[in-house]
Amino acid sequence: MHRYEGTTTNGIKRQRLPVTFLATIGSFIFSMFAEVGRVSIFARDAVIRGLLPPWYFRQLLEQIIRIGYNSLPVVGLTAFFTGGALALQIYIGGTRYNAENLVSSIVALGITRELGPVMAGLMVTGRVAAAIAAELGTMRVTEQIDALTTLSTNPFKYLVGPRILAAVITMPILVGIADIIGIFGGFVVGTSSLGFNYAAYIKNTTDFVQVADVTSGLIKAAVFGFIIALMGCYHGFNSKGGAQGVGKATTNAVVSGSILILAANYALTSLLFSE
Amino acid sequence: MPEPHIILENVHKSFGSKHVLKGVNVGVGKGRSLVVIGGSGSGKSVTLKCILGLLHPERGSIRVGGQEVIGLEGSALDQMMGRFGMVFQGAALFDSLSVWRNVAFGLIQGRKMKPSEARAIAIDKLAEVGLGAELADISPAELSGGMRKRVGLARAIAPEPEIIFFDEPTTGLDPIMGDVINNLIVDSVKRLGATTITITHDMASARKIGDDIAMIYKGKIVWCGPADEIDQSNNAYVDQFIHGREEGPIEIEL
Repeated sequence: MHRYEGTTTNGIKRQRLPVTFLATIGSFIFSMFAEVGRVSIFARDAVIRGLLPPWYFRQLLEQIIRIGYNSLPVVGLTAFFTGGALALQIYIGGTRYNAENLVSSIVALGITRELGPVMAGLMVTGRVAAAIAAELGTMRVTEQIDALTTLSTNPFKYLVGPRILAAVITMPILVGIADIIGIFGGFVVGTSSLGFNYAAYIKNTTDFVQVADVTSGLIKAAVFGFIIALMGCYHGFNSKGGAQGVGKATTNAVVSGSILILAANYALTSLLFSE
Repeated sequence: MPEPHIILENVHKSFGSKHVLKGVNVGVGKGRSLVVIGGSGSGKSVTLKCILGLLHPERGSIRVGGQEVIGLEGSALDQMMGRFGMVFQGAALFDSLSVWRNVAFGLIQGRKMKPSEARAIAIDKLAEVGLGAELADISPAELSGGMRKRVGLARAIAPEPEIIFFDEPTTGLDPIMGDVINNLIVDSVKRLGATTITITHDMASARKIGDDIAMIYKGKIVWCGPADEIDQSNNAYVDQFIHGREEGPIEIEL
């Protein structure tokens, strides 16, 4: 008897394993589409109900401080070390083709177009999406979200709207700061370890970087902000089953947020830089 | 005969293949207090959440003051919620807000009252449930279980709703604190003249709070009558439940 053959109760042999395998794939695809549908409906409700008036300005301000201001140290440090490492890599690679003098311009381009928004997006996902999912997840399992509804307050307007708006507002600001710090990191490494002249490094950077390089990164940042807050809110809002459910929601928020940021980065890059 | 203030007719609610409510029929008159008793998983909380609009039944009708609740959305739902107060099992206080802001939440967010006015009312309501003004500015995390229940009660009565729901008000409390909470509920409800629905499996609480008692089992009301007649119900389900006997028609899922 082959490994994949099974026997029914009336003794008729049938191939079980391939059917089970296909059923598993089918079930996975169905559940994936169902999840995409649920996230889309949640995003629609978040935009329609959450971002339209009445606005909760106190909540919005609180979230701007939590998401934006409190993320500055982690985003700044990440950008600084990324800029420094990028300068080293480009220098090492560039010496093979006598192109060492491109370090400053490629660092600036790499940071503003790609690494600034992506690294900041991933770091903020780890910090903020996890925090939002844990907070809303705890509110869900302790019935605080139900309590909001019974107190004539729409949870989408009170909880989801301010978080999404705050993330969309603060991410471009964070990425703008990350761009400056990242380029500064490359400058520090370039001038202190690689022997570049201060003035020449700065001139090469400012001559080469165009406004479109920076704005494309800021547009990406706003989209990433939406994704980060949406994933945190969605998984937190739908968490169930006590502490374990909250932990699962937090993990799912970070994993799905990170993957969506990388996918959106590719889509936006091909959209913004298509000839 | 006038229609009861709150009436549920043939309410069905399922979660996937699990049929939790299988045609609930019950009503409560204006200014009366109905207590719904039943074991864990019998459908008590789901019934309450259906009335509150937090869950949507597949079939049936729920009317409050003659108005259908099922299907309400947006401002109509908010307006209906403005008539309700709810005390949750775990109090469901907002951790990020101080005690007085919790109590005043419905006044500030729902009724757009100025915070200074709402704070004065919140402190009055805290006094009504036996808590001092010195607790107003602390975080709910610093309160004991009994205090949290009292703050939850103060939050529910602060907007002076016409209907109040209580979800297991004495669960997790010692018998003395449970009695204190029961007395506070009776006093507060009398003062407001509110219609109330309480769900509990605590018979001492049910007898103290309820004018009427309904028993739910496997998603259906199996008995309903005045609280003082429950000992003479001649209903096997009720007798087993109120005497806490293992033997009887109620199947215990182990």
